[in-house]
Amino acid sequence: MAKRNHGRVSLDGPIPLQRLPEGRWARLVGAVPHNVSQRLLDLGFVPGTRLKIVRRAPLGDPIEIEIRGSRMCFRRSQLRGFRVVLEEEHRS
Amino acid sequence: MSATAPALAPERPVRVALVGSPNAGKTTLFNALTGASARIGNYAGVTVERREGILRGSEGRVLVLDLPGTYALRGESPDERIVEKVLDGKLAGEPELDGVVAVADATTLRRGLGLVRQLLAHRRPMILVLTMIDEVRARGGRIDVGRLSRELGIPVVGVVGHRGVGIDQVVRLVREPWKWPCPKTVPPLDEDPVRRFAWVDEVCKAIGADELPPDRRTDWIDQWLLHPVYGIAILALVLLVFFQSIFTWAAPAMDAIDSLFTTLASVSRAVLPPGWLTELWAGGVLAGVGSVLVFLPQIVILFTFIHLLNDVGYMARAAFVVDRVMGWVGLQGRSFLPLLSCFACAVPGIMAARTIASPRERLATILVAPFMTCSARLPVYTLLIAAFVPARPVLGPLGLQGLVMLGLYVLGAATALVAAAVLSSTLLRGTPSVFYMELPPYRWPTAKLLVRQVWGSAYAFLKRAGTIILCVSIVMWALLSFPKAPEIPGALPSEQARVNLEASIAGRIGHTIEPAIAPLGFDWKIGVGLIASLAAREVIVATLAQIHAVGNPDDYEGLREALQRDVDPVTGRHHFTLATALSLLVFFVFALQCTSTMVVMARETGGWRWPAFAFSYMLALAWIASFVTYRVAISLGWGPAA
Repeated sequence: MAKRNHGRVSLDGPIPLQRLPEGRWARLVGAVPHNVSQRLLDLGFVPGTRLKIVRRAPLGDPIEIEIRGSRMCFRRSQLRGFRVVLEEEHRS
Repeated sequence: MSATAPALAPERPVRVALVGSPNAGKTTLFNALTGASARIGNYAGVTVERREGILRGSEGRVLVLDLPGTYALRGESPDERIVEKVLDGKLAGEPELDGVVAVADATTLRRGLGLVRQLLAHRRPMILVLTMIDEVRARGGRIDVGRLSRELGIPVVGVVGHRGVGIDQVVRLVREPWKWPCPKTVPPLDEDPVRRFAWVDEVCKAIGADELPPDRRTDWIDQWLLHPVYGIAILALVLLVFFQSIFTWAAPAMDAIDSLFTTLASVSRAVLPPGWLTELWAGGVLAGVGSVLVFLPQIVILFTFIHLLNDVGYMARAAFVVDRVMGWVGLQGRSFLPLLSCFACAVPGIMAARTIASPRERLATILVAPFMTCSARLPVYTLLIAAFVPARPVLGPLGLQGLVMLGLYVLGAATALVAAAVLSSTLLRGTPSVFYMELPPYRWPTAKLLVRQVWGSAYAFLKRAGTIILCVSIVMWALLSFPKAPEIPGALPSEQARVNLEASIAGRIGHTIEPAIAPLGFDWKIGVGLIASLAAREVIVATLAQIHAVGNPDDYEGLREALQRDVDPVTGRHHFTLATALSLLVFFVFALQCTSTMVVMARETGGWRWPAFAFSYMLALAWIASFVTYRVAISLGWGPAA
C-alpha cells in the first residue's frame, strides 16, 4: 500500500528520521550512522528500536521523540543519518 | 577485583551509592533512605555536588552516597565522569564502594536497563530499585519484579518513593550489601550499545514487559502547553508571574532585611563607645552580613519556582519551546530561565545555570549573565535618569525618561545574547554539546521534596558565597574608611564625612584612576563611586551622596541637586552633564561591578579564572562603550558648556 505525505514524499522503504510524520511509529533500520553522537546510542537509538515523533517544537526544532518508554527532545541536526521504516498502521 | 563479596560485615562503615538517570526518582529515594541526615558538599576540585547521608536506623554504620544523575556511563560532562570514577574507586578522597544501588524509572525500563547493564560490567555487588511502579500499573502495564530479579541475578525491588512503598525492603537490603548475590552475567566494560540494547530487549521480552500505553494525562496537558500558539502564550504567562513574583514578593522582604541591618548599625553606633572597632562592627560586619542576607528572599523565591516547575515537569517543556531561539546564539533552551532570573539578580541566576546539563552552554550562560539588568542597577539608573534626562513626552504616554530606562534594559539583554554568540564561536568554540532532554510525564510535586531542594540552594549560597561576600564587604569598608582625615573643627558631619572619604584609600584610588576614566567624562568623585560600587552596584548612590556632602544618602532630591550644581573649581564648568550621565549609565550596563556575582561565578566554575576573564572583558567593553557614548553625546551638544 503506497502511503504519501502531502502527496510529495514517498514513505515506502527507509526514510530519514527527520522526515517521519508526527504520531506514526517507525523502526530504526540500517547501520548505525558513523558521525552520530555516542550519547544517542546510549539512549537506545540502535537498529530495530521502535520510536515515534510526538511533536515538533513551535519553531520546528527541536523534535520530541518517544523511544524506549521515554519522551526526549533532540535537535534535528543531531538526528541526521538515522533512517526509519514506518510501521503499518493497525488503526486508522 | 573479584565479583565475590566478602561474607562478613566490614569493621568500617559500609558505603553504598545510588546510580540512576536524571528524573528516575533518585533524590526522592535518597531522602526516603536517609531521612534528614544528608550532608551536601562538593567533590574535591570540581563543582559537582556531592550528597551523602546515613541510612535510616543504621546508627552511622551505613553511608548512602547519591551520585549525580546520568543516562549512561562513559559520559562527557563533569557530573557523569564523577559517577564512573567513584564506581571504579579512582576518585581521590572517595573510599571504595561496598555496593551499588541502581535506580531505574519503571516506566522507562527499556532505556534504564541500558545503564543497569553498564553498571553490571563494573563488578560491584548490586541491587536494582524500580521507581514509579504505581505509574506502570496506572497506565495498564505490569512488570514482573521477581522474573526481572532472576534474569539479572540481583535483588530487584519496586518502590513508590514519595509514598514510602517498598522503602523498608530497600533499607533492609542496603544494610548488608556484602550479602547481595552476584550478577548472573557480567558484560565486557566496553560493550557496544547495539549489543547492550539487544540484551535489554531480550530481558524485557523474557519478563513480559510490553511497551506501556501513553500517559493520557501528559498527552492531554502537552497538547495545550506545547501548542504552537497557546503554548507560547502560556509560557509568556508563566514567565510573567515568575518575574513579577521575584520583584513584588522579594522586594518587601529585602527592604525589611535592609532596614533591619541599618537599624542594627545605628543602634550599635549609639550604644557602643565610638571608635574604629564600633565602626568595623557597624559599617563592616553588620553591613556585610546584611549584604549577604539581602539576597536570600530572591534566592528562596526563585528556587521555589525553579524546583516547582522542574518537579512538575514544566521546566523541560519551557526549554523545549525556546530552544530554537537560544540555539541561534549558541545557548540552549535550559539557558533561558537562568538568564531571565538575572533581571532580578545575577547571583541566583548563575546558580540556576546548574540546570544546564552541558558544561559548554552552562559556562557561556554564566559568562553573559551579568549583562542582564539586575535590580541593583535600578537605583543608579533611577537617580541618573531623573537627574539628567529631561522628562519630555515622546510618544503618547511614553516619556524620554522611560524610553532611556527601557533602552538600558534592551541594551543589556541584547549584549548578553551577542556576547553569548561571540563567546561560543570564539573562546568556547567546538562542537556544540549534544542537546537531549527528557520530557518526563507530569507529576504532582511533593512539598517535602520542594522544601528540601529550596533549603539546599539557600544553604549552598550562604555557605559557599556568603562567607566570601562578607569578607569582601569588610575589606571594602576598610578601603572607604581608612586612613581618616584630621577632624575639622566646627564642620558639619556631612562635610567631615566628605573629607574623610577623600582622604581614604578609596578616595586616593579615585584620584589615581582619574586619568583612565577622564576620557569617559568621569572625575575622581565618580571614580570613588565606581570603586565603592565594586561591593554592590547600588552603593555608588550612597558614595556619591557622601562625597558631595549630602547628609542623608536616601535623599535623592538633595543628591540630584548636588550633582547638577557640581562645578569644576578651576574651569567653572559643570562636571555632571547629560553626556556624563549617559556615559555612566552605559558603563553600568556593561561593567561587572559586583563582587557577589564574581564570588558566585568562581564557586560555580571552580576557580577565579572565569570571573577574572568576565571582569576584564566586561570592563573593556564598558570603557569602550562609555567612551563612544560620551563622545557622541558631546558632539550632540549634551556635554559641558564651554
